[in-house]
Amino acid sequence: MSIIDKKTVEHVANLARLYLTDAEKEDMTEILNKILDFEQKLAGLNTDGVKPMAHAVPLENVMRDDTVEESLSVREAFLNAPCEAEGFFKVPRIVEKD
Amino acid sequence: MPLEDYTIVIGLEVHSELMTKSKLFCGCSTSFGSEANSQVCPVCLGLPGTLPVLNKKAVEFAVRAGLALDCNIATFSKFDRKNYFYPDLPKAFQVSQYDIPICQKGHVDFIVNGEKKTVGVTRVHLEEEAGKSVHSGATISTSDFSLEDYNRCGIPLIEIVSEPDMRSPEEARIYMETLRNILRYAEVSDCKMEEGSLRCDANISLMPKGATKFGTRTEIKNMNSFRAVQKALEYEAIRQAACLDRGEKIVQETRTWDDAAGVTLPMRSKEEAHDYRYFPEPDLVPIVLTTEYIDKIKNDLPELPVAKFHRYITEYALPEYDADLISANKDLATYFEAVLENYKDAKVVSNWLMGEFMRLLNEHEVEITDVKVKPKDLAKLFELQDKGTISSKIAKTVFEEMFISGKDPETVVKEKGLVQISDVSEIEKIVADVIKNNPDPVAQYLEGKEKVLGFLVGQVMKFSKGKANPQMANDYLKKALAELK
Repeated sequence: MSIIDKKTVEHVANLARLYLTDAEKEDMTEILNKILDFEQKLAGLNTDGVKPMAHAVPLENVMRDDTVEESLSVREAFLNAPCEAEGFFKVPRIVEKD
Repeated sequence: MPLEDYTIVIGLEVHSELMTKSKLFCGCSTSFGSEANSQVCPVCLGLPGTLPVLNKKAVEFAVRAGLALDCNIATFSKFDRKNYFYPDLPKAFQVSQYDIPICQKGHVDFIVNGEKKTVGVTRVHLEEEAGKSVHSGATISTSDFSLEDYNRCGIPLIEIVSEPDMRSPEEARIYMETLRNILRYAEVSDCKMEEGSLRCDANISLMPKGATKFGTRTEIKNMNSFRAVQKALEYEAIRQAACLDRGEKIVQETRTWDDAAGVTLPMRSKEEAHDYRYFPEPDLVPIVLTTEYIDKIKNDLPELPVAKFHRYITEYALPEYDADLISANKDLATYFEAVLENYKDAKVVSNWLMGEFMRLLNEHEVEITDVKVKPKDLAKLFELQDKGTISSKIAKTVFEEMFISGKDPETVVKEKGLVQISDVSEIEKIVADVIKNNPDPVAQYLEGKEKVLGFLVGQVMKFSKGKANPQMANDYLKKALAELK
């Protein structure tokens, strides 16, 4: 059963800022449906008495004390930045023009 | 129809920064006002391959806040990713809590126009703060580019979501103020709206009086003071009523408050902007809290404003007004109680704190915690007044000097020669002089205009530079005048 159609792929791709070609969209539609089909199999399993998991690893309360550690220097902070100005990360216009 | 024929429905989402030293998931400092981008690291910059580690203190503060709001604390909770693209969020997702928040079902109680009001708290959850954007133009819409400072990014926040229980903009403001007082008491946040460590978004809708189905709501953002919360909501209620009266439908949208213009304006946002696609944060494991842990935090909570308010009324017999005003402010309440350790008349103390004390605080722009007058010295000042060593008028002069120099009242009285004149012969002498110098008023008094007495007593006080015992001035003046009849 196909749950995902091309329109859904386009919507999800847009939300994730992915720019897909038509061929990639077709491909993605098939792959996503396969994944969901597989999960349908899991849905058929009897899970009575199995506690829902919130995480794949059996760990909890991994925490650190509230102590300040050294940050990067301002110079280091910008090493990967595409654009820097006056000690800030410079980013393009945020909202679309009218 | 007039606004009075509508019921206003308001719910608030309040964000409050927690007072940890380091950020929620990394060791960068949270201090305010540092050089831009000097408190960042690979974790809070969202660089690939980094992993967050939860700050223990932030969890404790969130639990404290929840308990102070009388919430149920979850023994199991987890983090989720809220996905959206915005440049103040370098990871392109915010670590937040979605379906299992750390605290649920609390309430905030306060008094509005003499009536008790309870507002439900739906939930309190823990999340990370975003960075700060500076736009190149006057507003985001007129800017060609923006500048990002990520010092704030990753500071722990709690979001407190209320039930839609408020019925007026005034209630919304008082709710916010009460919330601030509680969070300050619980010592989890400094709650400075001006610095942005306390912020709120408001949902507001109207429905005809008597209706039960809520109308379409708008969300108001960018209210940077308690006053702005009330003003923005007052404006929005009137705007919605006008829309409805014209037969228009309310558009469900986010609007921004323009404080200078005093209006709310629609914020442009794309339709998909609210598709957050929450999913469990795989880089963080669940938080599991024991009831012992929760109880310990509960026992360590200080007495909260509502409890203090009731105690001030029952234990100290303060009027509700005084009890409300003093209990609302933690620093003022602490000072008040410290004075009462050395002086028993609570009403005298509250009058003084609400009057002279507040007046000088405002005049000199001093915080209560920085006041030089020791509480025990203020108690001593009241004793000097009770004993008649100084008059109430002089007490104000003495207090002003204490406020500036931090000296104790006895020293000030001695240095300035302010001891009250209670010596009979001295007072009689002043009274005689006043009668001699004011023949007309004296004549009027003798003709039966008894009101003139007040003026003459004032003259005695003036002549003695405020030092004459007012009761004696009154008595001896009357006596001397009676002899003239």
